[in-house]
Amino acid sequence: MSIAGGPAWEAVIGLEVHAQLLTKSKMFCSCRADYLGLPPNSNTCPVCLGLPGALPVANEEGIRLTLRTALALNCEIPEFTKFDRKNYFYPDLPKGYQISQYDLPLSRNGWLEFEVDQRPVRAGITRVHLEEDTGTLHHAGEIQSSTFSLVDLNRAGVPLMEIVGEPDLRTSAEARAYLVALRQLLVYIGVNDGNMEEGSLRCDANVSLRARGSQELGVKVEVKNMNSFRSVSRALDHELGRQAEILEQGGLITQETRGWSELEQQTVSQRTKEAAQEYRYFPEPDLPPLTVSREQVESVRAGLPELPTARRERFVAQFGLALDQARLLTARPRDSEYFEAVVAAGITPQLAANWQLGDLQGLCNAANITVDECRVGPLNLARLLEMVEGHQVTAKVAKEVLGQAFETGASPAELVRSQGLGQLSDVGDISVLVDQVLERNGKAAQDYQGGNDRALGALVGAVMGLSQGRANPEIVNQLLRARLPRPGG
Amino acid sequence: MVGTPGAILIGFYNPGSVAEEGAPEQQMESIGLSEVARISSLARLGMTPAELETLAVQLEVIVSAVGQLSRADISTVPATAQVGELRNVTRADVVEKGLGAEEALGNAGVKAAGFLRVPAIQ
Amino acid sequence: MTRLEAPILELHQQLVDREFSAVELAREALERTGELDPALGSFLRLTPDRALEAAAAADRLLQADPLGAPALCGIPVAYKDVICTQGVETTAASRILSGFVPPYSATVVDRLEELGVVPLGKLNCDEFAMGSSNENSAYQATRNPWDLGRVAGGSSGGSAVAVAARLACATLGSDTGGSIRLPASFTGVVGVKPTYGRVSRYGLIAFASSLDQIGPLAKTVTDAALILTAVAGQDRRDSTSLPAPVDDYLAHLDQGVKGLRLGVPREYLEVGLDTGVRQVFEGSVRMLEEMGAQIEEISLPTTEYALAAYYVIAPAEASSNLARMDGVRFGPGLGSATTLREAYEHSRHEGFGAEVRRRITLGTYALSSGYYDAYYLRAQKVRTLVARDFDRAFAQVDAILAPTAPTAAFRLGERTADPMAMYATDVLTLPANLAGISGVSVPAGFAAGLPVGLQVLGPYLGEVTCLRVARSVEVGAGIWNQLPPVGGGGE
Repeated sequence: MSIAGGPAWEAVIGLEVHAQLLTKSKMFCSCRADYLGLPPNSNTCPVCLGLPGALPVANEEGIRLTLRTALALNCEIPEFTKFDRKNYFYPDLPKGYQISQYDLPLSRNGWLEFEVDQRPVRAGITRVHLEEDTGTLHHAGEIQSSTFSLVDLNRAGVPLMEIVGEPDLRTSAEARAYLVALRQLLVYIGVNDGNMEEGSLRCDANVSLRARGSQELGVKVEVKNMNSFRSVSRALDHELGRQAEILEQGGLITQETRGWSELEQQTVSQRTKEAAQEYRYFPEPDLPPLTVSREQVESVRAGLPELPTARRERFVAQFGLALDQARLLTARPRDSEYFEAVVAAGITPQLAANWQLGDLQGLCNAANITVDECRVGPLNLARLLEMVEGHQVTAKVAKEVLGQAFETGASPAELVRSQGLGQLSDVGDISVLVDQVLERNGKAAQDYQGGNDRALGALVGAVMGLSQGRANPEIVNQLLRARLPRPGG
Repeated sequence: MVGTPGAILIGFYNPGSVAEEGAPEQQMESIGLSEVARISSLARLGMTPAELETLAVQLEVIVSAVGQLSRADISTVPATAQVGELRNVTRADVVEKGLGAEEALGNAGVKAAGFLRVPAIQ
Repeated sequence: MTRLEAPILELHQQLVDREFSAVELAREALERTGELDPALGSFLRLTPDRALEAAAAADRLLQADPLGAPALCGIPVAYKDVICTQGVETTAASRILSGFVPPYSATVVDRLEELGVVPLGKLNCDEFAMGSSNENSAYQATRNPWDLGRVAGGSSGGSAVAVAARLACATLGSDTGGSIRLPASFTGVVGVKPTYGRVSRYGLIAFASSLDQIGPLAKTVTDAALILTAVAGQDRRDSTSLPAPVDDYLAHLDQGVKGLRLGVPREYLEVGLDTGVRQVFEGSVRMLEEMGAQIEEISLPTTEYALAAYYVIAPAEASSNLARMDGVRFGPGLGSATTLREAYEHSRHEGFGAEVRRRITLGTYALSSGYYDAYYLRAQKVRTLVARDFDRAFAQVDAILAPTAPTAAFRLGERTADPMAMYATDVLTLPANLAGISGVSVPAGFAAGLPVGLQVLGPYLGEVTCLRVARSVEVGAGIWNQLPPVGGGGE
């Protein structure tokens, strides 16, 4: 359920998304950026360990991917940008400061367009900047009650892009849709893998309420620890409800950070006894500033791949697909590439779409894999659909063959051939089957001739069954009608 | 000997002179004990009250001296965060071997199963 | 008499001619250190095994390829303990790094050791290079070999004394506000602060990132130039290191000063110079004039604000650089603290000395919200003015002459009670760090028996000119080979 804060209140939500970049190495050193599954503290060097005397060197790819993202989000790119130090003490921050960007980020003032219940929405992007990720902390139990923490610095220094959204979102549904669209965009342009569960994509929200019609912003609460789209929806719904209740009773909202607790299904205050953090930002003296030329910007812009919205619109226009099919096919870039490969092999787009979104997707869902991961490659699907289009197999047979190819990875053409599953089209052969069916199904025949159309379907089904699905259904239909004439047709 | 510390400092700081003219912008505050305590806490220095008192006195003098800066005419001057005109110093996105876990943690005091161990966050 | 009195190129020739071996030379250095250093306290730790191993390797190379062996092959050197040495404890003269053994070496160490130097050990300094007298070391005092009751100068006191007493042929120090030049002046040796970015800072335990530079201390200008040549040049691990090609620092050393325009900043003479220092300075200026230089008075009007700007910027950057000293990944451990805050506070309180804590507090203050504009930002703007002063000056003159310090070495304990008095020691050296320009201190004479250095400041990447002028001073003064009482000299 999407809470808009009730009739008296307007929700004001801004999302802050942190996305790890798909570089090979970390942002300021040459350790691997892909740190998952490695033994603790094994993916480190003097730089990311923050050892005395170590110095950072900026990864050019991290900068390029951030520029690409900024342009995909319609941001302005300034000519001059720099890194700053954000100073605070925490065990997962080995230098005691994070190299980030403060007042002159890589980009500002963009927007993201997306749909909420098929209604187009545009939300502002305040800025996209580049920084380094921290290490990871593991606590025994809940953070508030454990006596010690374990620190792993494998992740420290991985390039992290911070995408700050304007507080333009008005409902939790909008927030969710924004996040879905943003994630899709990041995956499409190849900068992030979209994985919220593993933490390569993280989302925090700033949430406040104000009287409807007011231009002023209410006290905002930061909500963290939302690890999936679903928890984002639930957390926002809960928080908006919590704030509304307080305001209804005439109370005041405390500005604080609250964490979403999956267990308790509520937001919990994370106020510690610490005083407010003071980051003491200043320009990073170890890294010269960056200048971004207009040529560079244009070159990155020219290199942008087709974005999801454009691709969806193209699928409608070029392939004549319905919007919701186009939406589904372009949700993931790999799905859309799969589809286009099938079509490129000569298959009618509508047929390809139906089969990919229908039977193939069904098989994939059951196996918990994606279409591009399964054993049926687009060319093999195309071959199968060719046979369907050419009436060499019936749809029913094709479905079965698809299932077999899905399991074994064998070529559908082979499967059809080796099992003799080709479509039966010989009128004479089908007539024999029709005779057999009519012999055994006298009642159905009579019912049909008596005016019951559904009885014909049963008879067709029986013939199909006898032929193991191979008989050409149209011919079966024609033959039965011919054998069972009805007054008036 | 002319070069005694007192003589050197004339012209560089003189506690009396700084307080005279108020700069157009922020007047340099004196740094009081509670502020020193707060700053020292921010920096995790764990100073004792006695140490803080001594430090506050010393910092008062130093801060007054550097308060000199308010007299400089910097109205149209850009800040220099880095000398030299270096720009766009980057490296290619290539992975290189780092330290192994053992070397990385070689100097750490308290470890547990390959992790660094620290007391609770509170 | 010790072999170590000879300049490097002479020693090199002697090694090539097999008058003695590098191992013998190394042993002599170690023995001499064992004999003299207890009184001086310049070394924090010796590395005799590494030294002898390197010396043996040097001997093998000298034997196999005497003509091809580098000039520095087999030459005993030592490093200030803010420079990381792989496998060798590096403490920055602080307790918080007690026992810290870096898993890597600074680039400058790699470069020198590739040329075959013999590393004798790590040298004492002020804790984290913060100080002007070397009285802030957490471990031991370093005394001036010209008068054991006096300071060596700081923060690279150990680096200067080891050269002055001829324990090593050359050493590396670091200079943030004068920390190479000042002790060089106090102990009668040559000290070079390169242009910012000329020498890699990778592996230098950072004090103030935008001001720090590693540089050589040696008994002659030529020796210093040899070391500088070896360590200078871009390093891909230091993003602030300059891509400009390294000049030939030796080629023009003996060109003399004829026709050079040398500036004397009026403001530097107004600081209240010790009479003896002023006499030495004026004498050197006259001497250079007689050698053919054209002396001009120049003005560096922002000098009056440079000290204040420095004592905002340096502590501010240091407060951030020292945040990584938390006792977790290295250091003496977290004690019995039960909370994280307690752990950090325990480490840092026990680990940091009073001066370091003072500067961290000052720096944190300068960066805090509410104060950032008034202090840090303002100081960085004043810095621009200081740099512009030098730019204007160097449009008029080729190099600038100044005393290195207002006095000669003061007595131990004389300035420790008054931080500002101590800070003022750097008043003539720190402007060069703010502007990032090059500077050399060369022995120019004595005042009441104590060494007095002359400072030569050159434009950005102007080391060649600085060294050339310094060499002329050295030739003219003729005192470079005078030994201090502790070290072999007569009283």
